Amino acid sequence: MKKRKFGLGLSMLLAAGTILGACGSDTETSNGGEENGGGEEAAGDFTVSMVTDVGGVDDKSFNQSAWEGLQAFGAEHGLEQGTDGYNYFQSQGDADYTTNLNTAVRNDFDLIFGIGFLLQPAIEQVAQQRADSHFALVDSVAEGDNVASITFKEHEGSFLVGVAAGLQTETNKIGFIGGVESDLINKFAAGFKAGVEAVNPDATVDIQFAGDFNNASRGQQMAAAMYGSGVDIVYHAAGGTGNGVFTEAKNLKQQDPERQIFVIGVDRDQSEEGALEAGGQPYNVTLTSMIKRVDIAVQDISTRAMEGDFPGGEIIEYGIEENGIAVAQSENLTEDTLAQIETYKQQILDGEIEVPSTLQ
Amino acid sequence: MSSRLQAILVPVISVLLGLIAGAIVMLVSGFNPIEGYGALLRGAFGDTFYIGETIRQITPYIFAGLAVAFAFRTGLFNIGVEGQLLVGWIASVWVGLAFDLPKFIHLPMAVLAGAAAGAIWGFVPGFLKARLRVHEVIVTIMMNYIALHLVNYLVRYVISDEQNTTVAVPPSASLKSPFLENLTDFSTLHNGIFLALAAAIIFWVVLEKTTTGFELRSVGFNQHASEYAGMNVNRNIVLSMVISGAFAGLGGAMEGLGTFGYGFIHGAFSGVGFDGIAVALLGGNVAIGVILAAALFGTLKVGALNMPIESGVPTELVEIVIALIIFFVASSYIIRYLLNRYKKGAK
Repeated sequence: MKKRKFGLGLSMLLAAGTILGACGSDTETSNGGEENGGGEEAAGDFTVSMVTDVGGVDDKSFNQSAWEGLQAFGAEHGLEQGTDGYNYFQSQGDADYTTNLNTAVRNDFDLIFGIGFLLQPAIEQVAQQRADSHFALVDSVAEGDNVASITFKEHEGSFLVGVAAGLQTETNKIGFIGGVESDLINKFAAGFKAGVEAVNPDATVDIQFAGDFNNASRGQQMAAAMYGSGVDIVYHAAGGTGNGVFTEAKNLKQQDPERQIFVIGVDRDQSEEGALEAGGQPYNVTLTSMIKRVDIAVQDISTRAMEGDFPGGEIIEYGIEENGIAVAQSENLTEDTLAQIETYKQQILDGEIEVPSTLQ
Repeated sequence: MSSRLQAILVPVISVLLGLIAGAIVMLVSGFNPIEGYGALLRGAFGDTFYIGETIRQITPYIFAGLAVAFAFRTGLFNIGVEGQLLVGWIASVWVGLAFDLPKFIHLPMAVLAGAAAGAIWGFVPGFLKARLRVHEVIVTIMMNYIALHLVNYLVRYVISDEQNTTVAVPPSASLKSPFLENLTDFSTLHNGIFLALAAAIIFWVVLEKTTTGFELRSVGFNQHASEYAGMNVNRNIVLSMVISGAFAGLGGAMEGLGTFGYGFIHGAFSGVGFDGIAVALLGGNVAIGVILAAALFGTLKVGALNMPIESGVPTELVEIVIALIIFFVASSYIIRYLLNRYKKGAK
């Protein structure tokens, strides 16, 4: 009996290992000495690093976007990846945030980014203890004179992709899959819903939360349920969980290329994720993406810090106006949709439309 | 070779084989394993700060390992440590926030609330197993998800006002220790480690020195024989899961009152509970073994964070090394077989 239990135990352990293993993913490491011309010494000895949340720098989402921003910043100023230039610290769990932030401080980085609202308490704590270091928090607001808070007007961008969804839906059923219910993700949901309602009052938006940012299989299940109920466009704001939405959409498209199935991507232009081939024809299930230019924000703040203009204690909000929020180019959008998006975008810029940032 | 020596040798050899295999993986991927392991060691012990972080990481691992080990000794496989840990976490934070009491009452109350919540979470699968023969593995796995989403709901709508985190627990319920923090240059080391060591002693006393412990172990060895001997098997199954859950809940309280000092919405499982399975397995399900295995896991986890920055070795590789160690522990039969062969050959 005991032996059988043990065997069962081991198989469960292996199963758990496989499941957990699937959560992690390989990392693009060190593109090392790229752009190491050494010609540009303008950056002096400025160093900058970022601490990821559990998503990691290859999450095809905002961690990756932030890292691309840092890489671009490094390339521009001739910095090398490493402790003397720019680098990232990957967090495997929530307990790693403080450790990583502290390690970054101990490696004397001049500016340390915390990527994601999950890092807010950790960054506040560490910033208080290390008053001489400079921090920047992406996606949330942190207290402290040595912390710059970077937020985005995701509701505005979500409104615009909501307009696209409202115009292009055939079933008048639209879905939203959020990662974890939180102030941040509610901004996406609220803006999206308002956008759909603005152009198509008959359409319903089914808002659901996965409870997880890193669970692709859950995303796939939820998407399957939504598409099964007649939804034809799903907007996801769920990081890695959203990858499952793409998987499901592509599967359905594969089975029936005639059916209209769309996903709206988030954070980065996710058109790559939606490409597939069915019956020898190329298709793309990505309707468009709500782009959040974390990379631009990261570069922007890094540059300001390097020039001695670090906005400590300030909240910097990036919206459409600041090029921090955009709608991705896509051939799936019709002429009419593009025109309408442009109109609404102008109205938001002119302040004629106030996009709600919370679900009522 | 005595069985005791073998019990020590097998995990040690497993760890060594895991490390060697890890070194080979590093070599193959083009990294210098000596540099890599050097960075790992410096990242875990290179500085008082890192020592503090390592000990802090060991604390919940000890509890999680004890929880798994305790159930295992009664022949039960508690996969639900993760969920029990989460409910213990939030219960302790809740009590920490809800009351305003002097520290000598408040802190023990908050810690015990964590243990109680974990115990309740362990009771359910124990009860179902004892009464209805529902397999505890299935129930505990599912209870993990219930715990995760329940905790997230509580954090967002009950304990906080639609925030992502609760406010920090007041000092009267906090395990944080300014003394230990100053000693380790602002690491998150807290008093929980003392509780963890105390828990390991309790674990040993209960299992090895009491009648209840004898019954629990006996049920683990052979349920039918125990029943024949007049023991109440069902009662022992429930009891075992309750105590196991309480250990896990305490682990959660360490995180809630010590490491973090608040509760927050979990985007995913913390992983500590699952690692606890490996800790218990590596530690041979005995108290001292769990402490040593937890120390190893804590060292690897914290040290791993330093590997990418110092030696360019990705953190994922450390996960591979840990996986390899578990693999070799799991296949301990092979090592045992080879040891016996060697012994026979020597004679």
